[in-house]
Parts: sequence; C-alpha cells; structure tokens
Amino acid sequence: MKDSATPDAVARPLPHDAARLHVTGAARYVDDIPVPANCLHLAFGLSDTAHGRIAGMDLDAVRAAPGVVAVFTADDLPFANDVSPSIHDEPLLADGTVHYVGQPVFAVAATSHLAARKAVRLGKLEIEPLPALLTIDDALAANSRFEDAPRVWGKGDAAAAIAAAPHVTEGSIEIGGQEHFYLEGQAALALPQEGGDMVIHSSTQHPTEIQHKVAEALGVPMNAVRCEVRRMGGGFGGKESQGNALAVICAVAARATGRPCKMRYDRDDDMVVTGKRHDFRIAYRVGHDAEGRLLGIEFVQYARCGWAQDLSLPVADRAMLHADNAYSLDNVRIESHRLKTNTQSATAFRGFGGPQGMVGIERVLDHVAHAVGRDPLEVRRLNFYADMPALRAGGGLSAPPQPAAASPEDISEAKMEDGLDLASRGAAAEIPAEGHPEVAAGGIQTTPYGMAVEDCIVNALVDRLAESAGYAARRQAVADWNAANPLLKRGLALTPVKFGISFTLTHLNQAGALVHVYQDGSIHMNHGGTEMGQGLFQKVAQVAAARFGVDVSAVKITPTDTGKVPNTSATAASSGSDLNGMAVQAACDTIRGRMAEFVAGLHQADPATVVFSGGEVRVGGEVYAFAKAAALCYQNRISLSSTGFYATPKVSWDRIAGRGRPFFYFAYGAAVSEVVIDTLTGENRILRADLLHDCGASLNPALDIGQIEGGYVQGAGWLTTEELVWDERGRLRTHAPSTYKIPAVSDRPDIFNVALWDGENREATVYRSKAVGEPPLMLGISVLMALSDAVAACGGPDAPYPALDAPATPERVLASVKRVRG
Amino acid sequence: MPLTFRLNGETVSPGDVPATTTLLDWLREARGLTGTKEGCNEGDCGACTVMVSDDTGHRALNACILFLPQLQGKAVTTVEGLSGPDGELHPVQQAMVDHHGSQCGFCTPGFAVTMATAHLNGRTDHDIQLAGNLCRCTGYAPIIRAARAAEAQPVPQWMTPSIFASQISSGDAPQARGAESPLDAYRPATADELARWYADNPDTTLIAGATDVGLWVTKGLRDLGRVCYLNGISDLQGIDIGEDEIRIGAGVTLTALREAIAPHHPDFAALLDRYGSVQVRNAATIGGNIANGSPIGDSPPALIALGATLHLRHGNARRSMPLEDFFLAYGKQDRAPGEFVEAVTIPRQPDRLRCYKISKRFDQDISAVCGCFSIRVEDGTVTGARIVFGGMAGVPKRAAAVEAALVGQTWNRKTVEAAEGAWEQDFRPMSDMRASAAYRLDAARGLLSRYLLEDLGTPVRVREVAP
Repeated sequence: MKDSATPDAVARPLPHDAARLHVTGAARYVDDIPVPANCLHLAFGLSDTAHGRIAGMDLDAVRAAPGVVAVFTADDLPFANDVSPSIHDEPLLADGTVHYVGQPVFAVAATSHLAARKAVRLGKLEIEPLPALLTIDDALAANSRFEDAPRVWGKGDAAAAIAAAPHVTEGSIEIGGQEHFYLEGQAALALPQEGGDMVIHSSTQHPTEIQHKVAEALGVPMNAVRCEVRRMGGGFGGKESQGNALAVICAVAARATGRPCKMRYDRDDDMVVTGKRHDFRIAYRVGHDAEGRLLGIEFVQYARCGWAQDLSLPVADRAMLHADNAYSLDNVRIESHRLKTNTQSATAFRGFGGPQGMVGIERVLDHVAHAVGRDPLEVRRLNFYADMPALRAGGGLSAPPQPAAASPEDISEAKMEDGLDLASRGAAAEIPAEGHPEVAAGGIQTTPYGMAVEDCIVNALVDRLAESAGYAARRQAVADWNAANPLLKRGLALTPVKFGISFTLTHLNQAGALVHVYQDGSIHMNHGGTEMGQGLFQKVAQVAAARFGVDVSAVKITPTDTGKVPNTSATAASSGSDLNGMAVQAACDTIRGRMAEFVAGLHQADPATVVFSGGEVRVGGEVYAFAKAAALCYQNRISLSSTGFYATPKVSWDRIAGRGRPFFYFAYGAAVSEVVIDTLTGENRILRADLLHDCGASLNPALDIGQIEGGYVQGAGWLTTEELVWDERGRLRTHAPSTYKIPAVSDRPDIFNVALWDGENREATVYRSKAVGEPPLMLGISVLMALSDAVAACGGPDAPYPALDAPATPERVLASVKRVRG
Repeated sequence: MPLTFRLNGETVSPGDVPATTTLLDWLREARGLTGTKEGCNEGDCGACTVMVSDDTGHRALNACILFLPQLQGKAVTTVEGLSGPDGELHPVQQAMVDHHGSQCGFCTPGFAVTMATAHLNGRTDHDIQLAGNLCRCTGYAPIIRAARAAEAQPVPQWMTPSIFASQISSGDAPQARGAESPLDAYRPATADELARWYADNPDTTLIAGATDVGLWVTKGLRDLGRVCYLNGISDLQGIDIGEDEIRIGAGVTLTALREAIAPHHPDFAALLDRYGSVQVRNAATIGGNIANGSPIGDSPPALIALGATLHLRHGNARRSMPLEDFFLAYGKQDRAPGEFVEAVTIPRQPDRLRCYKISKRFDQDISAVCGCFSIRVEDGTVTGARIVFGGMAGVPKRAAAVEAALVGQTWNRKTVEAAEGAWEQDFRPMSDMRASAAYRLDAARGLLSRYLLEDLGTPVRVREVAP
C-alpha cells in the first residue's frame, strides 16, 4: 500500500468512509435522526383493489383511533397531488380511481409509528371494481401501453437477413422482475421551518427530485425547500423516485400541523406500495450460419410497466440499447412495448432495463449454440465486437449504419403541462438541435443505434478470464462428471458484459460540487451525489485529497444537501463517481490554482511549479505545511472556497430515432459460473464463479471489488431465487422476506474469484476510472446460462433446447429438465 | 416483581409498558439505541440481532419479535455494547472494517452482533451462523472473509462471560408465580403452575419463542389480550435421552434440540440447520412448532416419520397420541381449551430417516415441500414405511397410499415407479407463491426416487457437491 500522504490518494483500497460507524451502529439513517418529542408519524391507507372507482371512504374510525392527529385524503392536499417523476400521472393519494393493490388512498398522522399503522387499518374503502389488467398478455389484448405504439430501432435489414440465412432459431424468454430489498426501507422526515420553509431528510438517491416534488406540493418555489441526505441503507434504483410519496406527505402534514412529521414504510407496505424491476418477455427470431454467426436478428421486448409511467420509457430504452450486449449485429430490429398494467409502477433497478435486454441476447447466443451444437462460448466469441487493437490493424468490420425504421411520435411529454421535472430521468428529452446526431462514419463498428464501439476489450478480457478460470478444462470435466452422475448435473457458462455509461437523457450528465478549505487546512467536501453504500463519498474524498496532496483524513465528507449543490441529477446510471468526482476535482483545482498563484507570488515562481504533495505545498525551495499555506492564503484574502462543475462531453442522443451516442463509454466484464442442478426436484446452486471486470484505472480497488461481488450475487438472485408472485386479483403475494428470497450467505459461490481488468478508460474520466455501480449485476446472467447448460446435459444430442425462464426456481428448472427429456 | 434485565451491562426496568412491546421498538424508541435496525419486523433479515445471555449461554436473537417479558433476568447486548470501554472495536467489528464487510451499513450492526455471539461461542460454521442475516450489497464474500479473520482473535476482555452472566441473582428471579405481573403477562416458573393457571384461563395466548406469535403483533397488529410467557418454565426445557426413547420438553428450543439429537438422528439435525435461522432456532420451541399446527412447520414431518408420540396436559390430566393424530385439519388440532403440549417423545434407536426440504432458497426459507422418509428394508424387501410431508396438505401428512404400495415389495426402482399413482391418492396440494400444485406432486415423487438412490449410494444433494 502506498503511503497515504502521497499525492495519489486515489487508486488505494481504503475502507468505506463510514465503515467504523457502520460496525458500531453509530451510522445514522433517516429513522435514527433524533426528533422533537412532538414529532408525528405517518402511514398510508392502501387500496385493496387492483382497479376501481372509489365510491366512498369512511374514515371516522381512523380519525377516532388512539393517537391520530390528522387524516389526509386527496381532497385535503393544498397544491399538487402528484409524486410522479415523469408525466404527472401519479397522484400522491388516489384521486377517484385506484390503479393497483397497494396504492396509497389516504394518510394518517399519529403520535407513534404503531398508532399510525393501526389506525389506517380501520379505514373503510368502498371501491367499485373495474376490469384489471395484470399481465403482459392482458395489456397486449387491451392495447394498454405508454406511448401510442411500440418503439422500433434498428440497423440493416433484419427480416431480409433472416430470410436469407441458412438457419433460423426463434424463441421467447420470460424474465421476472426484482424487488430492491434495500435493507433500510423508504423513510422521510419533514421539519417545518420559519416562514413556510421546509427541511426534508429523505432516504433518496435524488434529493433534487424530493425538493422539487415537495415544493410543488407546498406551492412554494424550490428555494423554500432543502433536502438533506447523509446516507441510505441501500438504494439500487429503488430510491430514485419511490421516496417521493413519503417526503411529500410528510411535508404536507408538517405544513398542516406545524409539527415535524416522519414516515417509514413497514417492510410489507414497502414491497406492496413501491415499484420494482420491470419484468419482461423477450421474443426473438435470429438467422445464423452453421457455425453460429448471427446474420440477422429481431427482438420484440415487452416490458410490464405497471400503472404509472414513472421511469419506464428510459428503462425500456435502455433494454433496447443493450439488446446487442457485446455482439456486433449488422442486421437488427428491436421492437419495444411499454405496457400499462394495474400493478405497482415498475421503476429503476440497478441496470435500468439493461439487464433485461442483455438477458435477451445472451439467451439468443445460448439457443443458437444449442441449435448448431457448439459450445456457447465459441459462438459468443464468433459474434463479439472487435477489440480496438484489431480495429487499428484491420479497419472496417461492419456495414455503414442505415436509417432506422420510422418510429412513433414521442408522446412522453403529452400530459406535461407545467412543473417540468427537468432533473428526472422521466423527463422528456430535447431532440439534439442539429437533428439526428452523426453516427460513426463507415468502417467503424457500430451498435444497433449507430454509436461507434471504440473501446472494445471484450475479446481480450474473455480470453484472459477463460484462461484464469480454466474454462476449457472445466468444460471437459463437467461433461465427464455429468456422464458419471445420473441425478445431478453440472453446467458451465461464460457470459460477457458491455454496459453503456451515461444517462441517456443527455442533460442529466452534469454535476456540481462545493469545496471549502478552512484556515487550519481542513477540507469540507460536498457534491450532488448520494451515498447508498457504494462508497461514492470515499472515492470522491480520495479524489479531493489527491488534488490537494493531503491525507484523505483531512477531507470532511458532508451530507448531500440541495442547499449546497443545486440541480443535482439522481445518483443513478452508475454515474456517481464519474460525474461528482470530476465536479469535486474541478472545485479543488480552482482553489488549488488560487493557492498556487499566491504562494508562487511570494517566491517569484511560476504557479505551475507549485507542488501539492505529502501534506505540503512546495514552491521554489520553500516547503509549507498545507495548513500553513491555507492560513497564509486566508490572511492575504485569497478565496478558499469554490464550486466545481462537470458536464460529460461527447454524448448526444435522439431517443425517437434511436440514433446517436448516448454513452460516453462502455464498461466491460465477464463471468464464468458453474452450477449443479438436481434433476428430480430442480434444486440448484452455484459452485464457483470467476469474475473479471473492467473499472478502468480503479479509484479504489477494494470498493470496486465490493461492487462486483455484490452485483454478481444480486444479479444471480434476480435470475434464480427471487420470484415475485401476484395472484389473480393483482395482490403481490411475495411482500416480505419470508416469501421473497434474496440470496443468503450460503448462496454465494463456494469458490468466488474476482479480479479487476488492468486498464484505463480511453475517455478522460476522473483518473481514467470507469463506472462500476450497475455493470457487475449483469455478470449474474452467467448463472442463468450455466443452469441452462446443466439442463441441456439432461438430454441427448437431439433433445429440445431447455428454454429456461427466469427466475430459475427449482420449479422452473424441473420444468425445463422435463422439456429436454421429452 | 417488575420486569428487570441487563442492557449492555446496566440493570434496567422498562416499567409499565404493554406486555407485547418488542425489544426492538423499546431499544430504539425508549432508549435511543438506534444501532439496532428494523429491516423487516418479522425475524427474517437479522438487522435487529441482539445477543441475549443467561446462565445457559449466549444467543443471537431477533429483537423485532422478542417481547420484553421474555428477557426477565437475562442480559442483552446490542451493537452499542460490542465495543470496548474506550471505543476499541471488537475483533469482528475491526475485521468487518478491514475486509470491507459493510457497504450501505444497514445490515451491519446485526451482522456484527451475530458474529460477535458466534465468536464468543467459538463457532466457526459461518454459513450456518450467518444464515439469518441478510445483506443486499456485498454478496457476503467480504463478510465471510471478516468472520474467518476474526476467528483467531481472542475474545476481548470486555466480552468475558462474567459481564453477561445473569447478574440478577436468583433472589431476583421471576416472582410472578400465581399472580399477574403489572404487564398483564403471566410468567409461570413450572409446568405445574402453567397447567393450573392455563386450565383456569384457557383464553390466554401462550407465548414460547414468539417467532410465530411475534408476527401476530408486528404484522397483524393484533391485541393479544392476556398472554402467558413460557420461557421461564425450566421443567419444560429438558431433553431426556433414555434407553429406548428421547423425551423432548415442549419448551426446548430448536437449537437445543438440534444439538441433542444430532448423534441419534443426524438427518433430522441437518434439517433443523435449515429451520429458520440461528436467531429463530434460538427462540423457537419444539412445542410451539407443533402446537401452532402449521402445515409447513419443518419439525412435525420429521418427528412423525420417526414415530413420535405427543404428550398433552390439561391441569393434572395427561394424554398421549401419535403425533400425526394431533393434526386434524388446517388450523385445527386435537387440543382442548386449556390443554397444552408438554413433551414429545421419539425412538432413540438409529433411524433410516432422510429429510428433504425443497424451497426457493436453501437457508431460512419456508418449505414448498418437506418430505421425510423412513423406510425399513429387510433382505431387499420393504418391511415398513413412514413417509410424511409438509407443504402437501393442510396438515403435516403421511403418504399412506404410497407407504402401502411399498410395503412388502422389493426395494428397487420398479417398486418406486409402481407407487407413482398412489401419490394423487394421498395428496392434493395447492398452488401458492412457493410452488404450484403440479410441481409439489412431481417433487414429492422425485423425493422417493431420491431416497432410493441415496440408499444405493448415489450422490443426490446439490449442497454436497464440491466445486
């Protein structure tokens, strides 16, 4: 380990800044913040009907219940009744109609959390049922959708290529949703201030969104509301928009009662009320040759979006944007249906649609390999984008892109009349002024949406992983083992990840920071990113320490605060350290520049020669302690405070045409998973995983490895044990950890090898690092493919393809085994 | 006497609080000890784990479904009590920092307490010890690295048992005999007291480990009315291993049961390793698991397969019955008002028992299907069969038709296949969020094949496959 005083405080595996607070229980979450004794506690009364008209509401017993201070319905809201992050289609409290089981209908403020929970159960709702659409098929039959028609992007002529191909393989996969199961449930606290101002503490990934929605609900400008977030107990996308309701009702109740108001969902309420990962059905038709080269491919993606739009359009877009994953597709058509159903409004979840799109293409590769009788890894390799060295040597790899098929008009703005929620991913995108952005010139390999793939390393990365994991030998060992075992079967799979980094809503790719150096040399750091466990604060503090050449302990990490850094984007899309690291770097460099100029002036030196390192400032032959330099600057009236700002360069995207460069760069990775299944019951487990992931030049290898390990297990959980079940009345039956099973400790692989790709970002990101939040989740797709491989081992050479759906519960694995055995 | 226990070394009396106040709510709301977290409020995530100590040892328990009266005379250590007097981190805390075992940190206090308890108890079977603590961030690998690293560290001086051993002398022991405490919670000290009192007050809710009843309060928001806490009844907590049979008191926890029966019925013990989690097994009792009549409780199928006898008591009247006869229908047991489960006995001799639990997740999940098989084979012929399933009917139920199809037949694949049709006679399972009816039947059939194959020495368990 390097000396912590060296200038490069980055690239060091330092612990999470709050690790000591975590292990001692001293780390404060929203519900741990001490509140005044008169604080009220809130709970929602929920709809028990999937779709219906509210004919009557008898809340007398609620009002009379012990401890109840106030009851709110839609009629009691003074201003906007809306918590939507997109098109104002999501009332805080149901307004005449209920749209899913679990929709908040009324709210209670009581003297304790328990009193509020008990009181809401006394509400009598009279709801006249309306026909409810619960499934993808229901929605398709009723043509119930967001946007007026499916969105279609593509490149080349998929239909013609498939028609001309020697082999055609087709199929469909069902991909279940996923509950976030952040360990800390949604929570908010509103503290009324003088003059009608409001301070909100929220467990949110998007403080500006909270500020915006609270201001709308209170009928005040955004400057009257301040939102503060020290940390979340996990977010995973589930706290990008889903915290709005709690913060807004707390603010409304605090305004109405003049008392602090706090709300946290009981776990069951949290799971019933809030959105989850979108479940998808992806149908595919692919033309290929006898070796497994993909010649033409058509995808139809059906996303079940639930009742409100929320962030579903960009989620479904990102599923389309990852329909290629790491594979070069010359002739491709992707059709995307965003279906509206009477279920929870599906929302952001780590990967934001990307994982579903990627499962689609990985399923295709697995299916094609089965069809042509080859090891899926060989078929994958045949179809990879070329690595850059090969490009430099060889040149053109694919035909110039062609215009996409006509798309329907963008109606995402349709219902938006006022109060544009510009900082939300649900906001409508401006079409770039110059029209459709230029796609890569001919001769460069491009994605189906016309973006040049200039940074590809997937071939080399997969080669190295296959080598380190002993893929070839294990492929044989698995076959031998399966031949000797009648009952249990092993499976092995290697899958790659290529994940696009940037918000696809281009204007969100900006960040601000505020840095102060105090006269004693201590540093106060603030930026617009939020800490949900990913170690963002630590990484960015390391950047700040490096810029000033001080130990990271000199940098005080402070809560995200809309009063310090305004107009923040959600900490989402893996963007946290890319955006905020650069913004903090800019702020630090401004201050450092002023300090350098001043001390250089004292010594008639060139400011560029001033060195900040080892806790010292060196100029000419002189050495100042950093604190001394700060004090001197102060005494000489040099500003030691600065904002910093960053806007990601190069990105430009037309989501209607499906053309442009939505991403600054791609992050890559690959995983080998080995599993075993029981062919009598479908029980299964992961035996071993080998992961190799690209973080560019890692800002903190320990934290990055943590994201990779955790992402893999979370992705594997999504595709195996985590099953969401709704009944025929639209009630979520898996609404607690007793019935919804995220991985437990023994579900991790017995052998779990994780390594970082040794490289740096070819784009000029902060210290040439790469984003790491979401991409590793998709390493878990290797588990589903390994299970498919194990199932395939149950059949003979002519057995049908396993066609294993997700999540691959024992029941689905057994069904697949039976399919293969005929 | 007032409810009194120790909290992080200090003697506390919560005073006049409702009898079903959970330790978690009290810690957070009355004591401001917010290190203990609420993750699920139903005992499934472990974020609220505390260590509870008494003369019999130290146990990790879920504070969210632990009622204050259950703590009478015990010592509670929360995460705030793990560090040394000068703020030195406990070895497991330091190891969690060093090995990056926390990310969002919300589950971390619960992990730290479970790990410190295991550390104190010298347990290094981390996958079992930590199965009741869910983490959504790390994928567990760094937590296990931390747990392993801490193994070699000595128990810190401030964690020495004398600190935790019940400092409330026997003179202070629960005195609530024959009278209701101010909490309206009766807490008998002997089975005789319980028998007398319960016969007179049959509408009382009996609470043993509270791992089930706890949810009536935290999720059902029910007012339980008069309650009676059983965990102070030491003469219901005995395990007598006799010449021919093992008698298990109703108040025996699943943890104690598992330890006692492991040498005699190892597969039952292995099944119990998947019963809830350490925190749940440390609270849950065998009597509770039987008396609540759940069709998906995991111990009844195994007990019935072993030929267990149930012992009930009403006042001074006692009766016994084969355990399977106790379960009459869903939600209905052969238990009179005021009657309670006193003990269950099982044969001691070596068994032919195999327990197969199928669930979406291996650990800490509720069975979709739990099949327990005991098939006696002499000279290649089946001479006796006890096949019992949970999750296949409204009660834990024997597969009588399948058993009949096997007995007298040659013990081979043909016989197993010939019994295929008998399964539908025995079971008409339902479809729910855990599995479909069709899958349940398929899996049940498959488990009989598995039993045969395992008998023949074929590897059948995915968990036993080495990478």
